Amino acid sequence: MKIILNNRDQEFDEQQLSISKIMEIKKFSYQKIIVKLNNTFIEKEDYPHTIVKEGDNLMILHLLAGG
Amino acid sequence: MSTTETKTENKTDMTQNLKDLKAREKQLAEWSYEWHPIDKGYNNRTLYINVGDCRIEEKPVSEQMKEKFVGGKGFGLRLLWDATTPSTKWDDPENEIIISPGPIGGITQYSGAGKSLVVSLSPQTDSVMDSNVGGFFGPFMKFSGFDALELQGKAEKDIIIFIDGVNHIVKIYEDPGFAVDSHIMGEELTEYFAEDEKDAKNIGIVSAGAAAEHSLIGMLNFTFWDSKRKMVRLKQAGRGGIGTVFRNKNIKAIVAKIPGVKGNLNNVVDLEKIMEVGRDYAGEMRDLDDKQNQMKKKGTANIVNVMSDYDLLPTHNFKYGTHKDAPKIHSDFLRDKWFTLGINDGCWIGCAMQCAKGADDFELKTGPYKGTKVIVDGPEYETAAGLGSNIGVFDYQPILEANFYCDTYGICTITWGTIVAFIMECYENGVINKEITGGLELNFGNAEAALELLHQLARGEGFGKIAGTGVRQMKKLFVEKYGADAQFLQDIGMENKGLEYSQYVSKESLAQQGGYAMTNKGPQHDEAWLIFMDMVNNQIPTFDDKADALHWFPMFRTWFGLQGLCKIVWNDVTPADNKLEDEPHKIPKHVRNYLAVYEGVTGKKLDEAGLIVQSERVYNFQRIFNIRRGYGLRKHDAQPYRAAGPVTAEEYESRAERYDKQLQEILNYDIQGKSTEEKMAVLRKHREDQYEKLLDAVYERRGWTNNGVPKIEHLKKIGMDLPELIEVIKPLQ
Repeated sequence: MKIILNNRDQEFDEQQLSISKIMEIKKFSYQKIIVKLNNTFIEKEDYPHTIVKEGDNLMILHLLAGG
Repeated sequence: MSTTETKTENKTDMTQNLKDLKAREKQLAEWSYEWHPIDKGYNNRTLYINVGDCRIEEKPVSEQMKEKFVGGKGFGLRLLWDATTPSTKWDDPENEIIISPGPIGGITQYSGAGKSLVVSLSPQTDSVMDSNVGGFFGPFMKFSGFDALELQGKAEKDIIIFIDGVNHIVKIYEDPGFAVDSHIMGEELTEYFAEDEKDAKNIGIVSAGAAAEHSLIGMLNFTFWDSKRKMVRLKQAGRGGIGTVFRNKNIKAIVAKIPGVKGNLNNVVDLEKIMEVGRDYAGEMRDLDDKQNQMKKKGTANIVNVMSDYDLLPTHNFKYGTHKDAPKIHSDFLRDKWFTLGINDGCWIGCAMQCAKGADDFELKTGPYKGTKVIVDGPEYETAAGLGSNIGVFDYQPILEANFYCDTYGICTITWGTIVAFIMECYENGVINKEITGGLELNFGNAEAALELLHQLARGEGFGKIAGTGVRQMKKLFVEKYGADAQFLQDIGMENKGLEYSQYVSKESLAQQGGYAMTNKGPQHDEAWLIFMDMVNNQIPTFDDKADALHWFPMFRTWFGLQGLCKIVWNDVTPADNKLEDEPHKIPKHVRNYLAVYEGVTGKKLDEAGLIVQSERVYNFQRIFNIRRGYGLRKHDAQPYRAAGPVTAEEYESRAERYDKQLQEILNYDIQGKSTEEKMAVLRKHREDQYEKLLDAVYERRGWTNNGVPKIEHLKKIGMDLPELIEVIKPLQ
């Protein structure tokens, strides 16, 4: 499937994936994030069962601007 | 022998030693002053000490100084400008070290308010250096009656300066023979000046260490008293060699002593207002930290594994962003094996962040203190990466050992890590060899050799002493003496302006490349850390976006250094409803907290735009200070290519999929049949062009000329058109 991830085209072999799985594939391990799927906030407890499909717009905003 | 018996024996030794020191005490100068309470965060005077002629004076702080320079770094820069000429060198007597906390510094009702900013002319950069540090000294100096301490001159013999905020006297002593290394000297001086153990919490000390005397990269340790452990802990003003300046002035230590910390020593205007946001913040730490960064359990090192996951953990001199052995230094090991948990670890009173982690009963395996059990203050993230992955060491035992010795010897762990990484790459490329290193096999991963290099530096011997001159000096030496390829060393030597890079891989974030190399003092991430916003979130895709970020973040973060605040507190915990904010990456609720705290302390209203202007004035002053000294122009913001892209074929090939894709998609470059070298050359040209375009965009956003010089009209706009600044920049408009 092709989706938009953080305003970039992103392609996965699978036809659909949970948000948790996408984060695992992308190695997004940072804890302080905001997730929006098609402009709707997704809570952390919903990552495992929220499914992302072809054409979806997924935003995983990492909140580290400090360092 | 049991630990209790050892401690008792050490205590007896210490008591006898202190009696001997007392017998040798020789006072060189004494100056009494009239103490008066702080008024809304300000004492309205600074303390000047000339250690050369033992002159001690106070200087008034004008309203203009407060308006234009605020405090902290601002005061430091103003005083340093006035004290020096454009040709003053770091080791000239007129160079100064200025320590200043800022108007908010010392409050205990909001977290992270115990920072001091230290300013001096740097032995590494030949220009202005600033370094922020926690610990008790800054607030205690302020409670003693002064907004800044200005040290000038050069003593004939080692001295100890004592700011007695109990009896309101400043004294200078000839050093009666205190230890040189900070972990011992901190204990000795605390016991020497405290009335009893209960009084130890009222002592704050600044010291350096043995390696600071033999290098250009010396740092300053600031103590804080750990009341639970009943021992002295250390925090560091690390960057740029200010510890070297300190020892060059023959200052052994500075001690401040106060009667005690009470609720409102800053005499703030609205304590309840500060307490309200302070309680709210402490609640966030209590409720959210464990689910977020675990600062209370891991400190800043919590991101070691995170950086590795995002290919940002510097490995083998910044060649790579991760390594197959990186899991061996996962931050969980620090939490589960090394750090003592469930104990107060704040470097200033009232801080809920509690991130100054410590590893207790660490038995040293090398060096002069071999066999001794000590507390290691850290490692923080930068130390774990610098003394670990970047030199190919993936084992916390030698990382903690090097951490301890860097601290007590008085050298910066960030700087040292980048120096050793550079040496190791040179060694592996045959630029230097065993003959040159005096037998040390300085391959990546050789922790033992790296530790010996550090001990050599502390002894002022061998190749360690050469290492202590820093990457810039070594590049020159290796070219001139050993015929090294100057371009290769320029590409891999991770320094800009003479200062070594801190520990993040910036190759895939153009904004962070600017965040590093455009930093006034040199490539430290304390002005801007934009990698996630840029590389991961893709929030700032255009040059204008990046320029906006490279305006707002450096200005906002400069503000912490004007006020006496810690930047970690701002964004290492995020409010639960932060996602609903318009600009969640700025953590807007915490920005509003800071505005409330500022108003609560000073009684002056401030909005976000006003906050940025306060910083912008000082930021531009520092830029012009650099220009006054012959630096601060576009050419000085150039970066080593390693910060922007792959220097070697092995680097390119390790991330070939990424780079090939970029060549095809961004540059429409046909990679078929092309050699790695050909592809590297095209990629390099592109990345170097991008960086130049970034400079253009950022300079324009900051109100600077294309050569990086602040425009006079911009200085007028921000109310910083001081005659002495105009005089410097007028010919460059």
